[in-house]
Amino acid sequence: VAGTVRLIARLDLKMDFLIKGVHLEGWRKVGDPSKFARRYYVAGIDELIYIDVVASLYERNNLSEIVRRAAEEVFIPITAGGGIRRPSDVKSLLAVGADKVAINTGATLDPDLLARISDTYGSQATVLSIEAKRSPNGEWEAMADNGRNHTGRDVIRWAAEGARRGAGEILLTSIDRDGTGRGLDLDLVSAVTREVDIPVIASGGVGRVEHLVEGVTKGGASAVAMARALHYNQVTIAEARAALDRAGIAVRLPEETPS
Amino acid sequence: LSIREAVVVDYDIGNVFSVCNALRHVGCVPILTGEHAKIAHAERLVLPGVGAFGKAMQELGRRGLLEPIRTFCATGRPFLGICVGMQVLMQRSTELGEHAGIGLLQGSVERIPSKVDGTPLKVPHIGWSRLLLPDGAPGDRWVDTVFAQFAASRHSFYFVHSYEARPMHRTDILAEVDYGGHRIVAAVQRGNMAGVQFHPERSGVAGQRMLRHFIAM
Repeated sequence: VAGTVRLIARLDLKMDFLIKGVHLEGWRKVGDPSKFARRYYVAGIDELIYIDVVASLYERNNLSEIVRRAAEEVFIPITAGGGIRRPSDVKSLLAVGADKVAINTGATLDPDLLARISDTYGSQATVLSIEAKRSPNGEWEAMADNGRNHTGRDVIRWAAEGARRGAGEILLTSIDRDGTGRGLDLDLVSAVTREVDIPVIASGGVGRVEHLVEGVTKGGASAVAMARALHYNQVTIAEARAALDRAGIAVRLPEETPS
Repeated sequence: LSIREAVVVDYDIGNVFSVCNALRHVGCVPILTGEHAKIAHAERLVLPGVGAFGKAMQELGRRGLLEPIRTFCATGRPFLGICVGMQVLMQRSTELGEHAGIGLLQGSVERIPSKVDGTPLKVPHIGWSRLLLPDGAPGDRWVDTVFAQFAASRHSFYFVHSYEARPMHRTDILAEVDYGGHRIVAAVQRGNMAGVQFHPERSGVAGQRMLRHFIAM
């Protein structure tokens, strides 16, 4: 993998709360997302991803407010997703300080949405979020609405189509591994990174620093997202960075602690 | 101590919100405006920008902002272009067709190669890269510039881009980064005009140090 590998904190949100589930289900409250964002920023995280998991059921004012607050005190890239159906949804999130938006369900319903968003805001702001579930036949299906609904789309083909339609990056979440701490689905990650020439963020299953390393060396991921492992202090950002560095993977150099 | 101000060009492109936040955080008062006179007579000027080169030039042109920016740059006061705001200093870009730039620096903006020596590069280039002195530049290249307080190969900044500036004159290159064996122009500078390909407003402490230095100029 060329360039530095990014360590990303993924913050799943329900209303005003940071939450975490297993297999994108059984969500539990973790705490105040602002406190966690601030903590990860000070500890040297490279990027933040916010996903509003119930966005399709409620108004998204919560997400905008949370992003706005984060953007005022956290000076690293912020991706926001959940319930994006039209370019105007993107405009309102970018206006409060998001750098990128992640789109899953909206794109599976209307793949041209990716092109309309990237034409207006640039592919660098357009992240295709894919929630992958392994089928009994060994292939992966892209799921919509946080794993609740089937799309019938094959993940590998969908990733290629998304890149062709203007996505600048793919957030690839394994539903099977999410929240388990058993490690990334390396078969899934490597199948997608081989297929597309845009960066892939591997998500779902990181429980130990070794999982990060193999996500890059075996999976070919350009970035790895962590949620549970960070929220519950199973892995610290300093340990994660040191492990990648020891494995010969280029990472961002730590600066002095932000004030 | 006088209050430091920076005029930030408002042309409905890019997240000026983040740029203004970061400037405020380092003790500067950002003045977000598209008014020609305020831009031409600014104490210091920041031109942000994300997205496509052609769109940025079109929006600047439509608002009549090209002349005020040229006027400002001729005053010798500090100018900072960020990302596409840096690229538009060049003469032209090949992003989504041929587009003319402001042309204050000679050279073009081209797509990052998808392969270097047979090894594939992911494009866009997204991530934190270590700032290097330009190949062949003297060790004192950063003295009296926005990077005056930085040491080469020690500080990482956040990049997200598919196109890169290729200045005709190597002396206009202020910094580079290495991307899988390919050297990317990370910053340009000629006289009072500086431009950075990365996002200082999104580069944590390193970005803030750079901005603090810019507003002290």
